Amino acid sequence: MTKPLEVRDTQVNTKVSSKSYALQESAMIKWMLIIISLIYIGLFLILPLLSIFVTAFEKGWETYVASIVHPDALAAIKLTLIVAIIVVPLNAIFGLAAAWAITKFSFKGKNVLITLIDLPFAVSPVIAGLIFILLFGAQGLLGEWLIAHDIKIVFALTGIVLATLFVTFPFVARELIPLMQMQGITEEEASISLGASGWKTFLYVTLPNCKWGLLYGLILCNARTIGEFGAVSVVSGHIRGMTNTMPLHIEILYNEYQFTAAFAVASLMSILAIVTIIIKNIVAWKAKEV
Amino acid sequence: MELTLRKRKRNTIIPGFSLTLGYTMLYLSIIVILPLSMVFFNTISMSWSEYYETISHPRAVASYKLSFGSAFIAGLINVAFGTIIAWVLTRYEFPGRKIIDGLVDLPFALPTAVAGIALTTLYAPNGWIGQFFDFKISYTPLGIIIALTFIGLPFVVRTVQPVLQNLSKEVEEASASLGANRYQTFVKVILPELYPAIITGFSLAFARALGEYGSVVFIAGNMPMKTEITPLIIMTKLEQYDYVGSTAIASVMLIGSFVILLIINIIQWQTNRKFNQQ
Repeated sequence: MTKPLEVRDTQVNTKVSSKSYALQESAMIKWMLIIISLIYIGLFLILPLLSIFVTAFEKGWETYVASIVHPDALAAIKLTLIVAIIVVPLNAIFGLAAAWAITKFSFKGKNVLITLIDLPFAVSPVIAGLIFILLFGAQGLLGEWLIAHDIKIVFALTGIVLATLFVTFPFVARELIPLMQMQGITEEEASISLGASGWKTFLYVTLPNCKWGLLYGLILCNARTIGEFGAVSVVSGHIRGMTNTMPLHIEILYNEYQFTAAFAVASLMSILAIVTIIIKNIVAWKAKEV
Repeated sequence: MELTLRKRKRNTIIPGFSLTLGYTMLYLSIIVILPLSMVFFNTISMSWSEYYETISHPRAVASYKLSFGSAFIAGLINVAFGTIIAWVLTRYEFPGRKIIDGLVDLPFALPTAVAGIALTTLYAPNGWIGQFFDFKISYTPLGIIIALTFIGLPFVVRTVQPVLQNLSKEVEEASASLGANRYQTFVKVILPELYPAIITGFSLAFARALGEYGSVVFIAGNMPMKTEITPLIIMTKLEQYDYVGSTAIASVMLIGSFVILLIINIIQWQTNRKFNQQ
């Protein structure tokens, strides 16, 4: 994010003439705003992050490692990864299909469709869990049929996956739609008029063009998938070692006053969050370069 | 919803329209529309008096006030500080700017439960920050506001930042050369350009805060009538197998959220129209 040249010019001007205060704030206001921002971010973002690691290591490395290699913790880590491996690709395929349909063609009701795709962002995670209970729970619409056929959705992996799919539904599509809209359709048209098939055009023209946007969406989708708490909490049933994801495992440990263990698992998730932010920035930087 | 498969304007040679749109509609229906319609399906099965009684129960009403109130205050805090942070990040050069810029996304990346336990411990009476205050922060509405402020921060910063970046310097120069001082230029020239972004950022943060559960349950203390948010009431009713009751409360929340979503969309359409006219 380099500043435009004009800004630097005015900065030079501030030193030369006093009149250019009309273009640039006085140094006092500038530093006051910077200090306010730093204090705010320090208090709200850095301190909580720091406290996680400090609390996690309060009782030393051995307790830390023991909390993480505990069978229940390992089962939670494994389940969280399985959910992410299923959810992220499914929503990515949907995002690509939706972006292709919306940006390469014009049809009526496009704005309504885009709003519907955004809908899950406006729904509370708890409600996201609730609707799958209403659909697949024992008293739900399909409950009796599912019991009769011995299919378990709620309080099982399928339920967790469905609720997470709902919550992270818009992430990839939302990143791809504006990007592909901007890129237009001329390159695809050229490729097809030169004889390439639709799939070939998609793989060799569209995909390379939108790869950074796609990656960006995948990262955000993945972060939310791994960290989702409310929706998963409703549908999981909290069966230890079975349907407990990492965030749910943290909740249980915390409520049992095993603070060090809770923060140890939390620190693992924080490292993941930091890595996510770093990759996100690299991707944003690469996307700007292209 | 009116959606015709007929292509308008011109015939494109690009294939895959029915495949991609068909898949989009199918997936959207299975994952979002069908499950979400269950809320209204189940609400209709209740009698009106039964429904009204559930949603107007004093405990529920107290939770709406708390959820809307704290989400609104948190949104306002984020508008003020989010705009300052966006300004500082786009206009000034200072050591650590890039790191701060990246850190703004932390609430998006950090799981809400992790944020919840960290904030609760920090603001607890014996916590790093809580010890400096005579009054309780964790386990009070104040704690809820802090958690919601944390969750909402990136929304305002990330919607205002690009607008500030794309603001042409010429407009400010014109304002200055016509004799406006910096304060006048900011209030009369820059701020009006930022309003749509600020309102969008506020609405996004507000909508997210309204439904937020993970970070709030830990810090709220969850006392009925006092620190019980609406999503928690839905959760509690579910745990008591009161599906009808929890669905009724959920329908109230959903309507509230949809109204907010509608407002965001209207603002965005109007902004787009304004830009198209220019």
